[in-house]
Amino acid sequence: MLMVLGYNIGPLLAQSLLGLINGAFYALLSLGLAVIFGLLNIINFAHGALYMLGAVVSWVLLNHVGLGYWPSLVIAPLIVGAFGIVLEKLFISKLYKLDHLYGLLLTFGIALIVEGLARNEFGSSGMAYAVPESLRGATKLGFMIMPTYRVWVVVASFVVCITTWLVLEKTSIGATLRAATENAALVQSFGVNVPRLITLTYGAGVALAAFAGVMAAPVYSVNPNMGSNVIIIVFAVVVIGGMGSILGSILTGFGLGLLEGFTKFLYPQGSGVVVFVLMIIVLLTRPAGLFGKAT
Amino acid sequence: MKMGFTRAQLAAFVVMLAVIGLSPMVVYPVFLMKVMCFALFACAFNLLIGYVGLLSFGHAAYFGMGAYVSAYAAKTWGFSAELSVLAGALTGGVLGAVFGLIAIRRQGIYFSMITLALAQLTYFLCTQFAFTGGEDGIQQVPRAPVLGFTSMQDDMAIYWLVAGVFVVGFLLIFRIIHSPFGQVLKAIRENEPRAISLGYRVDDYKLIAFVLSTAIAGAAGGVKSLVFGIATLTDVTWQASGEIVLTTLLGGLGTIFGPVIGAVIINTLEFYLSPFGSWVTVTQGVIFVLCVMAFRRGVIGELGAKLKVSL
Repeated sequence: MLMVLGYNIGPLLAQSLLGLINGAFYALLSLGLAVIFGLLNIINFAHGALYMLGAVVSWVLLNHVGLGYWPSLVIAPLIVGAFGIVLEKLFISKLYKLDHLYGLLLTFGIALIVEGLARNEFGSSGMAYAVPESLRGATKLGFMIMPTYRVWVVVASFVVCITTWLVLEKTSIGATLRAATENAALVQSFGVNVPRLITLTYGAGVALAAFAGVMAAPVYSVNPNMGSNVIIIVFAVVVIGGMGSILGSILTGFGLGLLEGFTKFLYPQGSGVVVFVLMIIVLLTRPAGLFGKAT
Repeated sequence: MKMGFTRAQLAAFVVMLAVIGLSPMVVYPVFLMKVMCFALFACAFNLLIGYVGLLSFGHAAYFGMGAYVSAYAAKTWGFSAELSVLAGALTGGVLGAVFGLIAIRRQGIYFSMITLALAQLTYFLCTQFAFTGGEDGIQQVPRAPVLGFTSMQDDMAIYWLVAGVFVVGFLLIFRIIHSPFGQVLKAIRENEPRAISLGYRVDDYKLIAFVLSTAIAGAAGGVKSLVFGIATLTDVTWQASGEIVLTTLLGGLGTIFGPVIGAVIINTLEFYLSPFGSWVTVTQGVIFVLCVMAFRRGVIGELGAKLKVSL
């Protein structure tokens, strides 16, 4: 047993590690939302549904095409990303000149369609997705047993998040993207095809959501309702972190997962609401969010 | 007694009263009562989105909590019908005052996300509180007599109560919109920085509008729980919030009669589609997309534009 100041902190560590896994998904999803919001100025309400679609596509790939977890991890985000590009071209791109609220309403409608169709096709009960063979098993840490797959989820999401951040901050394409976020018209006058940049950004943000969905499939079961459950929490995460900073949304995502884990240990009934309570506290004390710029 | 109606609006209002008065002879009254509950709810929501420009994406919280408290008051405390509905309105208003204070600290899209998150918080709390009855909800809510003597057991008796609450709520909202206070709300919608520079305390105006809207939503929820004799988690979900957004968008944001027409269409659609399960959700999504892409003024907005009147 792990003792600190006479307390057994084993269960606390165990819950925080489990919290980190939720945090990994929050981080991936809020990162995608932030990237999309930065350039398109819309809140992508369909993000949760597309996360679910990522999981569903990987399940279909496994059960009807025979493609396992590893190919799915690449192919499912590509398929969903392509779907996102179609959505942007057909619908979202027509709304940029209107009030931002219409973008929210449109993507909410898309979320309803995607979820409703998925429920019609697969029902509301979850479908199991086996953990890939190479990631089965678990490590004994003394205070808990840590399934290898969960460690993989945390590490892989962290790497993907940091890579995305590096691409945005350190590469020339990232620089163009950030410039377009600041002033799209000016960047266009330098000969950059901004509409295409916007389309690809939406596709990339959506692909991130689908990637999270594939990773979530073995942890939670594949369920048409999985997206709507998580998206509202991710909205709260985004309000807490503020969408101004990419690194901020990554940190907030992981941090809130951890916080949920702690709460589950200290006061189990509170774990469902802690994120919302923190959101209220942040709004009362720092309305722009922890990492947001005051507007 | 003109109340600020234009001639076209007065005509439409008279038609609406006639429909409320005559339709129970041909349509099932319980269905009509449901439509009126949701129409009042949508009118309350429209007060914010249509006249202040605030998209509250969690309005089900006030409707649903109003339903719970009305049901509880009628069943456990033995309140009469009109007092139960008042209790529902009070609940919506108090909850709206607390949540409104938090949510109006941010604008635009953030406001929508915050109201949604607060509504989800309410949903979680409703699953935990003892008085809501968890998954079962509050069932067998009595139809208490109005003012202690009129029996409400008959569907037609309670129909007039619902119609009364609806018409009073509708006229109240109409009055708010056309008052000097309502003019300031519209100024905030059009240009918030300018309203501030003119010396209006914008946040106060927003909060008052928010509380008015949530109180009316709470009353609508209360009426619904009395009509159906049940208050459940369904009315607190984010789906219910989304549905009222859709109802108002379809009828016409910022129109007087749009939310009413929207409620008629959406409830009729649901009635006919309910045997097909998830197709209701899909249909709602398609209507959302169609409205946003091609039909942003909604049914009444388009009609008004065609007739060159504001309805």
